[in-house]
Amino acid sequence: MVEHGIHATQAVVTLDVALPGIIWGWMITLNMWAKSVGTGVIIVGAFLLYRHKKDEMPNLRWTMPLISFVFLNIFLLFTLTDLHQPYRMVNIFLHPHWTSAITVGAWMASLFTALVTILLVIGFFDAHPNIRKNCALANAARANSGLYEKLFPFVVFLAFPVTMYTAIIMAESSARELWQTPAEVMQMIWAALLAGSAGLIFVSGKWSTEARRDLALVLAISTLFSFLMYMGEYFFSFKSAEAEATLAYVHAGGEYNTEFWFGMVLGFIVPFFLAVSSMKSDNKTLLRFAALLALIGLYMAKDVWLKIPQMLPLS
Amino acid sequence: MKLGFLVDLNLCMGCKGCEVACKVENEVPLGSWRLRVKYIDIGTFPDTSRSFTPLRCNHCESAPCERICPVSALHYLENGIVNVDSARCIGCAGCMMACPYGAIYMDPETNTADKCTYCAHRIESGMMPACVVVCPVQANIFGDVEDDTSHISQYIMEHQGAVQVRKPEKNTEPKHYYVGGGTQTLDPLAQQRLEGYNLFNNITHLEHVGDPHHGVIDRFLAPFTSHEHLDNKSFVDFDNNAHESHEEEGGY
Repeated sequence: MVEHGIHATQAVVTLDVALPGIIWGWMITLNMWAKSVGTGVIIVGAFLLYRHKKDEMPNLRWTMPLISFVFLNIFLLFTLTDLHQPYRMVNIFLHPHWTSAITVGAWMASLFTALVTILLVIGFFDAHPNIRKNCALANAARANSGLYEKLFPFVVFLAFPVTMYTAIIMAESSARELWQTPAEVMQMIWAALLAGSAGLIFVSGKWSTEARRDLALVLAISTLFSFLMYMGEYFFSFKSAEAEATLAYVHAGGEYNTEFWFGMVLGFIVPFFLAVSSMKSDNKTLLRFAALLALIGLYMAKDVWLKIPQMLPLS
Repeated sequence: MKLGFLVDLNLCMGCKGCEVACKVENEVPLGSWRLRVKYIDIGTFPDTSRSFTPLRCNHCESAPCERICPVSALHYLENGIVNVDSARCIGCAGCMMACPYGAIYMDPETNTADKCTYCAHRIESGMMPACVVVCPVQANIFGDVEDDTSHISQYIMEHQGAVQVRKPEKNTEPKHYYVGGGTQTLDPLAQQRLEGYNLFNNITHLEHVGDPHHGVIDRFLAPFTSHEHLDNKSFVDFDNNAHESHEEEGGY
């Protein structure tokens, strides 16, 4: 009857306060997801501009900053909304604490958004010469068209740290051992490539077949490596007691298990095969479907990974 | 000077006096805790024992909460205390994600992070923290760990080999020590947490009073609303004629 005696070795908490539960919830998931799109379209857009002539992607010059602008503002909105004292966000700029990745990230993301806004204004009014002919802003944008190409390398350079800094915030979250810096940094990069290619696929209808094939290639590679990284962590990352206890929330079944595997299959596996098949057949509809699934799956995977470490009792 | 805490778990009898004193001294809202005493039962009936573990901020020398705070709301005092400036806190909850000891909470009334400050306001006036004063068995020992002659330093020296900190592997260098603890009392992963043994599971609000800080939208509206009609004086000003009388409502 030794197996019944096991309880004699276990401690049971018989009176304590309730666990605080999930502190960073769906708003932070949405924040990270939108930032992946906002930075990813710039990174993938730069890759396409390096590989192809601008004529092959006629609307890229203004749709790329437009998508980035929209999603960066979603990211900033939910960053602000998640704060318990949203108006004090200004303290990050008035009283910055530079050891905090939150501070560094907020400054970089703000600068990045400002630069993307400039690209959007120049790109949009350049691409639409008949709109607001008498507007001073529009005319100034058209007169300074060359600024776009001068700023663009800096924007691309900045897109990398902006997409990665959340991984450093997660690394600074010492209480959550599941979030390890090397894995999270790579996850953020793959997420940006995945979300960026998916975002651009929706505006690539009139692009050359070769450009679209490159988008499908980026989507296929990023979904494959995202999947492999999650699998590596899911099955083999038992390097600490807390990480193992955290992953038990997924392994044990239940809602997080369902959400996780939906994310893996819908977000990574299915889009991978759809993207690979689109590379051969150039099926626009199929590629858009793959992009949509990848974006939904990415949200689900990020959501599970954000929430499960918060279920663990810390003391 | 580096202030530290030591709890002798052999002495603690789980009276929760420290918990209550802390809440009163620091006006900690219902359902939030700067200091709590956890009950842990070990063994199988009838061979069981119960241990009590007071848990509070560890005032780490390398505090993850201080490092992640974007606005220095969490900061070190010269005496080693990790203090909170709630007027500066933006409520990002980064500190709650960073603290390996789960010692920080979001104050539901101020919507800012808060935690044990070793009663910094009392220490400034030369007084001991409230939980130390109230402990009937003097299980809480507080003092300067850099001073070899202090009570806490001598206690640590006397109990070498039995002094522990929580999660030393995190390298946070906590200044909160335990004597008489063990894995089963100090490691939360070595304990089973069963449902039904929690105090105050749900914090509820009276609908007719409302809580201007509770909802997400309300966070944005909070500066433009106030509690002015919700303080104690409001009960004096309460207009009974504007409502049904007690008898009309069905009372006697």
